[in-house]
Amino acid sequence: MAQAVNITKQRSTPQWWAKPLRQVLFYLVLLFVWHKLANSNLWSPGLFAGPLDVQNTLVEHFKDGTLITAISVSLRRLAIGYVISLVLGIMLGLLIGINRYIDETVGSLVLGLQALPSVCWAPFALLWFGLSEQAMIFVVVMGALFSITLGVDAGIKNTPPVYLQAARNMGAHGFALATQVILPAALPNSIVGLKQGWSFAWRSLMAAELLYITTSLGGLLQNGRDYSDAPLMIAVMLVIILLGVLINSVIFGPLERGVRQRWGLQK
Amino acid sequence: MGQHIVTTSPHFEQREGNIQVLPASNVALHVADVSKTFMSKGRNVEALRPVDLKVATGEFVCFLGPSGCGKSTLLSIIAGLQEPTTGHVWANGKHVIGPGTDRILLFQEAALFPWLDVQQNIEFGLRQAGIKARERAAIARKFIETVHLKGFERSYIHQLSGGMRQRAAIARALAIDPAMLLMDEPFGALDAFTRDRLHTEVESIWAETQKTILFVTHNVREAVALGDRVVVFAPRPGRIVREFRIDLPRPRSLEDHNLVDQSADILQVLRSEMVASEEEEHNGSGR
Repeated sequence: MAQAVNITKQRSTPQWWAKPLRQVLFYLVLLFVWHKLANSNLWSPGLFAGPLDVQNTLVEHFKDGTLITAISVSLRRLAIGYVISLVLGIMLGLLIGINRYIDETVGSLVLGLQALPSVCWAPFALLWFGLSEQAMIFVVVMGALFSITLGVDAGIKNTPPVYLQAARNMGAHGFALATQVILPAALPNSIVGLKQGWSFAWRSLMAAELLYITTSLGGLLQNGRDYSDAPLMIAVMLVIILLGVLINSVIFGPLERGVRQRWGLQK
Repeated sequence: MGQHIVTTSPHFEQREGNIQVLPASNVALHVADVSKTFMSKGRNVEALRPVDLKVATGEFVCFLGPSGCGKSTLLSIIAGLQEPTTGHVWANGKHVIGPGTDRILLFQEAALFPWLDVQQNIEFGLRQAGIKARERAAIARKFIETVHLKGFERSYIHQLSGGMRQRAAIARALAIDPAMLLMDEPFGALDAFTRDRLHTEVESIWAETQKTILFVTHNVREAVALGDRVVVFAPRPGRIVREFRIDLPRPRSLEDHNLVDQSADILQVLRSEMVASEEEEHNGSGR
């Protein structure tokens, strides 16, 4: 059963273009298969759409501005919700990470709440905030907050105690100790939680935007369903994927790389 | 309780006698009846039996012993990072109840902050003390020169070699201007060449700054090369077994035959002490 797997096996010197080439080829094949599937008449037109229809829809909705508006509305909600979660999550995670009693009590509660899908908050959100921006942002916060909290908590608990000892020895205490030592020291191990919080925020937002129709990415998706507009649904899903990839590569990728470099975990 | 007191060593009285002559103002450190026991897997472990120790201002004292002898525990108690189970510590005239900037601990792993560059690390303690940025920079610059790290102000910690990290840690401690440096095997992880150079540098920093230094090591020659006094610890239970005053002229060389002889003497004592305690342990369990 137990086979030795040589994971450090050296390949022959790779060319810089080999990887992108393989990726481009893969996606070309994928597009082709998608196109063929869509034209195979397996589905009736309202249920599936090929790449060309999707492309037309994308161009059309970009031109008339709906997609731009939808993206900006959704991203705004996401940003507000995430920043609130970040501020609350860092404070909560810090308290749980440094205080045993808060850890035993609030910590266990957070662990439980983290297991609750944020959509479960949607009915309450509607009752408390009505059909409003606040309701959606509330759901986003509930989605992201606990992942961030647990991430920061884990980051603090995985920090070598020697940093804290040295800092206290040099006269750091209270707020300065928290902001200048505990939180930065926890950063490498917190990033996972920050990233997870971000992706949960996205998911929660999409669920929240299906609650009632606004001009947003979730709203457009719902429109697509209501009018059996398959190309629109696929177009919106593509936009959501691309935005996710973009934000990851613009914000979280560099952040992670920066931290790993500074800590000497990566050359 | 009686069995805990270190009167088993015939040199204890002599040690006490030596210390008593110090005028009170010259005592940088007074450790009185300090012991440490802790629970481990439901058993009481004696990390350190009650010890009494006085260190004069400006003295260089080495704590020598194998691992588990309580030397690092004692240092950490003196630093105020651990609480003693019994006893009290007075450092620089004050009762130790927690960490303080008059006693800076240096660690084997240097404990420099990886999110700060060298300069910011050295300024850290000054920043906590509320010193203005310009003054901080000037002080940091001075100590960066003291430890020969000029040109590395903006380097991050992982870019430094082990020896450079220890230098930066020393500069970071000196910047705070503590009365006492507590060095916990700071050079334990370094290669022999780097260690030799750092010995020389520490010796000259000590001579220049007149600081009291407590230096923990398991290296006999290191202890003899650096210390005015070598306090020898033995393990299981951790305790002080003997002290040696080292009167060799400075700067000292590790190759000096007097130093080598003295090291051999100390090693002999340490060995026989460990054999004795192992036998005692054996007999004890047989009873």
